[in-house]
This record gives sequence, C-alpha cells and structure tokens, in this order.
Amino acid sequence: MSIVQNFDLFAHKLVDKRESFCSGHRACQGCGEVLALRHICKALGDDIVVANATGCMEIISSNYPHTAWEVPWIHVAFENAAAVGSGVEAALKVLRRKGRIPDRDVKTVAVAGDGGTVDIGLQALSGAMERGHNMTFFCLDNEAYMNTGIQRSSATPFGAATTTSPAGKVSMGQKTGKKNVPEIMVAHNVPYVATACPSYPLDLMNKVEKAKRVQGPSYIHVFSMCPTGWRSASSETIKLGRLALETGVFPLYEVENGKYRLTVEMPEKLRPVSDYLKLQGRFRHLTPADIEKVQEKVNQELKKLLHKVETSKSWLE
Amino acid sequence: MTTKKKYPEKWTELNPGCMVFEAGSAKAHKTGSWKAQHPVWDNRKCIKCGVCYIYCPEACVSRTEEGYYAADLEYCKGCGICAHECWPGAIEMKEEEV
Amino acid sequence: MAKRVGMEVAIAAAEAVALCRIDVAAVYPITPNTHIAEHLAEIVADGKLDAEYITVESEHSSISACCGASGAGARAYTATSSQGLMLMHEILPIVSAMRLPVVMGLANRAVSGPLNIWNDHSDIMPQRDSGWISFFAENGQEAVDMSIQSFRIAEDPEVMLPIVLNIDGFQLTHMIEALELPSQKEVDRYLPPFRPLATLHPDKPVSMGAYAFPDIFTEVMKVKDSVLIDSKKTILKAWDEWGKQFGRWYKPVETYKADGAEVLIMTMGSMGETASIAVDELRAKGVPAGLVKLRLWRPFPFEEFREAIKGAKVLIVCDRAVSFGGPGGPVAAEVKSALYNDAGRPAVLNFLIGLGGRDVTVENFKDILEKGVQAINKKPAGGYIFYGVRE
Repeated sequence: MSIVQNFDLFAHKLVDKRESFCSGHRACQGCGEVLALRHICKALGDDIVVANATGCMEIISSNYPHTAWEVPWIHVAFENAAAVGSGVEAALKVLRRKGRIPDRDVKTVAVAGDGGTVDIGLQALSGAMERGHNMTFFCLDNEAYMNTGIQRSSATPFGAATTTSPAGKVSMGQKTGKKNVPEIMVAHNVPYVATACPSYPLDLMNKVEKAKRVQGPSYIHVFSMCPTGWRSASSETIKLGRLALETGVFPLYEVENGKYRLTVEMPEKLRPVSDYLKLQGRFRHLTPADIEKVQEKVNQELKKLLHKVETSKSWLE
Repeated sequence: MTTKKKYPEKWTELNPGCMVFEAGSAKAHKTGSWKAQHPVWDNRKCIKCGVCYIYCPEACVSRTEEGYYAADLEYCKGCGICAHECWPGAIEMKEEEV
Repeated sequence: MAKRVGMEVAIAAAEAVALCRIDVAAVYPITPNTHIAEHLAEIVADGKLDAEYITVESEHSSISACCGASGAGARAYTATSSQGLMLMHEILPIVSAMRLPVVMGLANRAVSGPLNIWNDHSDIMPQRDSGWISFFAENGQEAVDMSIQSFRIAEDPEVMLPIVLNIDGFQLTHMIEALELPSQKEVDRYLPPFRPLATLHPDKPVSMGAYAFPDIFTEVMKVKDSVLIDSKKTILKAWDEWGKQFGRWYKPVETYKADGAEVLIMTMGSMGETASIAVDELRAKGVPAGLVKLRLWRPFPFEEFREAIKGAKVLIVCDRAVSFGGPGGPVAAEVKSALYNDAGRPAVLNFLIGLGGRDVTVENFKDILEKGVQAINKKPAGGYIFYGVRE
C-alpha cells in the first residue's frame, strides 16, 4: 500500500510527536474532548498561552500541585475564559512592544466547554471577539454540563436526555435545538470560524493552524464526544464523531471572511440519524416518531448550511 | 513505579498563588490503574498507519523503533478506541488479570 | 518636581495611575467611576501612556482581563463602582488567591436597590472577606498618593496581593481640589518596575489557577490569611518611604485631637474632613471630643486601632453601609469584635449615616458627638441608629 495513494490514512503518523498536554490527566475513558484538546495542542505548537474556563478540561488537568499542561496556562473562573484571554493578549502585545518579553508571536488561546461558551460564557466571548483580540477561542462542545453531572445546556441537541432535561412520561428530553454559536461568531465578523471534530484529526489540525495564523480573533467549535454523558461505549467515541458527520448531525465546515465551505465531504446520501442516535443512551427513549422529528431538524439545519455554502461559491475570491 | 514526593506537607510549603512551576507534572498520576482491559498489538497485522496513535485520548500510544505502535500501560485507561479504530484488526483488548 | 494643580479628584487619580506606567487597563464605565475611566482612555489615546486599554463588555470581564494581564506580567489597573464591584465579586477572591497584584480604584457608590448612584460604602463592605488589601482615601491628595503607593505595595514580592483604593463617589471623585501631582521622575524613584513571581510565557510554562482538593484547601486559606496580615509590614514601610520622599505621612489609623478625648468619632473616607470641623467646634467649647479615621480596612490594623482609641470612654462608629438583620454597621461590628476581650474598652455607639449620598453636615457630626458625650459613664445602649431617618 503506497503512502502517497493513501495519504489520509498514513498521514497520522506524520503528525508532530510532541505532546504539550501530557498523559496522566484524569479525563474519563474514551473522552473525545481531551482527544480534541490533544489534537489542538499539537497543531498550535509551543508558542501559545492558554486561558481555560472552569470545566472538564480544567478539572482533569490541574489539581494542585500538578498540571498536565506543558504550555503556559491560566484558569480563573467559568464564564470568563475569553475575558482572561483578552487580558493575556493585551499584556503580550504591550510587553512585546515595550521589549519586556521576546519579540516573537505568541498566540493567545481560550478554551471552554459548551456551558462556558454558549451559556454562561457567551457575553465574555462576544465582547472579546468584537474587540478583535488576536486570540483563538475553542469551544469543546460535549453538548451538556458534563463536569457537574450531565445537565442540559443550550448546546444540548433536541431530544437528548440529560439530568435536567430527563425523558419522562410527558417529556422527550431536551425540548430545544442546539444554539448555533458558530453562526453567532460569523455575525461578529470574526475572520475565521470553523467547526471540527477529533474523529477527523487532520481536518481539525488544519483548521487550528489556519486559526492560529489569523492576526485577530478566530473561533473553532469542536464536537467533543462524551461517552460518560452520552452513555455510549468508550471505544465508539471516534465512530460517533464520524456518524455525526455522515448523518449530517454535525457537519464540518469553515467560514473564512464570511465565505462558507464544507471541509470534509459528506456522503451523497446521508445516513439516517437513527444510526447515530442508537449508539447513545441519551437518545434511548426516543420513539420512531421522535426520531422522525430529530431527522427533520437535522435536515433543516443542514439545508440552511448548504445554502450558505452554495451561495458562497458565487463570491469572488 | 515510584512517584517523587511533591505534595506540600505544610501550609508554608505551598507555591505562591498555588502556581505549578513544573510543566507536565501530571505524569505523576499513573492513570493506567483505572483500566479493566488493555490493548495488545499483533504486529503481523499492523500496517503502521498510526491511527491508534492519533486517536488515543491519553497520548499514551507511540511508535516503536521498528515502526510499530505500543501503548504505555502506565497511562492507558483501557478505553478501547485504538482497537476499535484499527481497521486491519491488529489490536485486541484483553481483560486485566487480577 | 511635583506640580501644584487644581484638579478634579477622579482626573487626578487617573493621572496618578498613568504616572505608574501601567501596561494594561480594563475598565467598564459606571457612574461615578466614569471620569477615571474616561481620563485614562484619553491619556492612552494621546500617546502619553503606552498601555493597552481594554474596553471590556462588563466589570466581570474587566477584573477577569486584569487577571490575565497580570498573570502575563503586565501592571494592570481597573476601576469601578457599586454594581460593577458586585458583578466582579465572584472573581475578587480568585485574584487574591492567585496572588495577582491588580490595583483597583473604587469610586464608592450605594448598591441597588433601589438604584442610587450616590455615595456610601455598601459596595465595598460585601467584599470584605475577598482577601484584598483595602485602603480608604479621605481627600484628593490621598487618592493620588495612595494610587501610586498601591502599586508598590501590591507588587512587593512579600505581598503580591490585589489592592482596592476606596475613593468616595462624587463627594470625592467629582470635587475639584488643590493637590500636588508628583513628577514622573519622582514616581519612578518611588515605584520600581513590576517584577512578577512568574509570567505566562512559553519560555517558561507555568500553570496558574490549579484547583485544590479538601486536603490542601485549608492550607491555601491559611496562606491567604497570613500573607494579608503580613502585608501590613510592607504597607508601613511603603508609607514611611513615601513620607521621607514626599513629606506626606500615612498611617493605618489617623487621629485628630484624640489625645485626652473622652468621646471619639470614627469615620472612613471623605467624611473625616467634615467630622474634624465638628471636633474643632466642640473642642473650642471644651467638649473632650476627638476623631479617629480608619485608612486601612484590610488587613485590619488591630494594634494601631487599639492605640488610637486608648483612654476614650465612648467610641462612635459611623457606618455608611447596613448589615441588614445583623449587628448594625459592618465597621462597628468589626470594631466591637476587635475590642471584646480588652479590659477598659469604650462603649461603642453605632450610627448609620450618609447612605446613598445623603449629606452629612458638621451640624450632624456635632449632634452625634453630643450624643456620645451623654453616653459617658452610662451603660452602653447597644444596637444601632439610622441617623436622621424620617420617623
């Protein structure tokens, strides 16, 4: 088998061996979020400062006196990763200008879960992106407050059972659809917005590198499979991310200066959402009629996205 | 498996602001003790693609000198992703012996 | 050389902060801090100060941005008032726990509700236990001097704690006063460059803000407490050197005509000057009245406080905040607890005054002092009084 013919298959071995997020962290078995973080760190390299929101990734990496981080890292609170990052970015800028730190680019990176991004952190995120700090914000979206025990957030998908949106006799779980934060970021005129998933590590790492190169704000929304919260098998983490793409549940795209582009081709005929749902306990309660509703919502969201991709094509480069 | 004593005993031994000056010191946590099963490679089937390496959430799979892959069982939590993703079927998860 | 100017206090405070060559300011506008925020923005916009001014979207983000900036090794400043401080509340104890020497100018204002933009101390009092050093300025000169002193004290390697400088909103911030603005050279001589304990930079990766398990949290709290207590040594040293350099001397507890006074009135912030006139007038009539002004609120200067009130029979504590359903004013509660085990302690009277910007006049202070005189050698009544409340 030739490495050239199967570049995507063999390219993984060419990925930088350096791990700036080290083994010994306390993420659950098969955690897709920490895998995403590992990929992100690989793509970012060493010249970064990370501002981390309270949440899974903070808790599993930083119990005093230990840290899993090999890059500079700061955690202050839950809702303010973007604001802390703003301060870091401003400081790096002024200290470099004044010659108090070495004269080279150091990228500020903010990392938060879905709660710390789409709910409690949305205001700080909006402010930071609007002000145009040279910062990449990563939302590691595992679709609920997993760190506190699987409570629903506004990123929880329609129909998912969580501990605060349980399925019951008169409830089919989460009643609302997922808040579209990448779209909100596009509305902020953020020059680079993307979605990514650790099941597609090369796509993810390419996007991270692109975001890093932007001199200004950038935002990447990373689908982060969570066996604990989704009640799925730890070994099927990667498979779930792939199914999310193949069913159209979580398409992978980027928006460069407002221009939409799918980065990972989706199958011509999408798989039914039930293929994705049936592997997860959080959707176990859904009836065939409920699944039909989920399918409709997925179709609708995808249609909106594909329309934007299509109209973007006619833009002048 | 020895871990250097790093835990402060007295309040006067804490770092100011609880800063952690030793990068990557979480390596002291040998999370391998969590696992109920562990991966075993059959190198006859391995095509050296590195899928197991790229998908390991623990960053504990690395390439051997011969170009095959192996997991550092001191950190492997036994999630089974590597075995599941290895499409030539070179990795098998085996139960931990008590 | 220092120059003598007539200047609004908020403007002068901003000038003083600029003289400290801050690197990052993150300020959100709120009355009455606005003039500090605006003037600092002007100074940066005119290129007179090389700093990043972050126009944050909330006070929660202003203090958070200061954490990031200070962690990265920048000298960081913020200013706020009232609701803004309440919004920051969550972050305040984290700043001190992380030993980030952020300096905050607080234009004190009443806390809602009902909404009220005028001056009292109900914003700072709920922050008492957040582990910050807390100073009160009495006049414009003190606001200028203490702004500069704050950076030096906060950034001392033995301290590395955040400082909040209380400047009464409107009653102080918006007054035009004659004051002395030190020169850049003088400030540079007094205030060394910021040397952080560690910085967020890839050349030497540090993790800041790790969490603590129960088996270490008590130890962390012990450190926080003792560092704050010990900071008094550095504060006294910094004030001593300020006195030597600038000829203006600062003490944790100031007294005015307290020698031989049987009745002492205790104030914080801008009320001190009004109270001193009342003391003068009563002394002229032979009433043994005196004044005690608390400048250092945290760490509480127990020693200096006891010394200042020695010999008094009645101590009147003027609180500008209410501890609802509790012991009265927070300052009086503090004072009473400080004195509880002292033999021969004075009777403590507690007046809640100047709430939400209500004027407190010389006449009011005279009246209060006379009530104090009547209480001499009587069993202390206890409780507290909403002074001037319309019945």
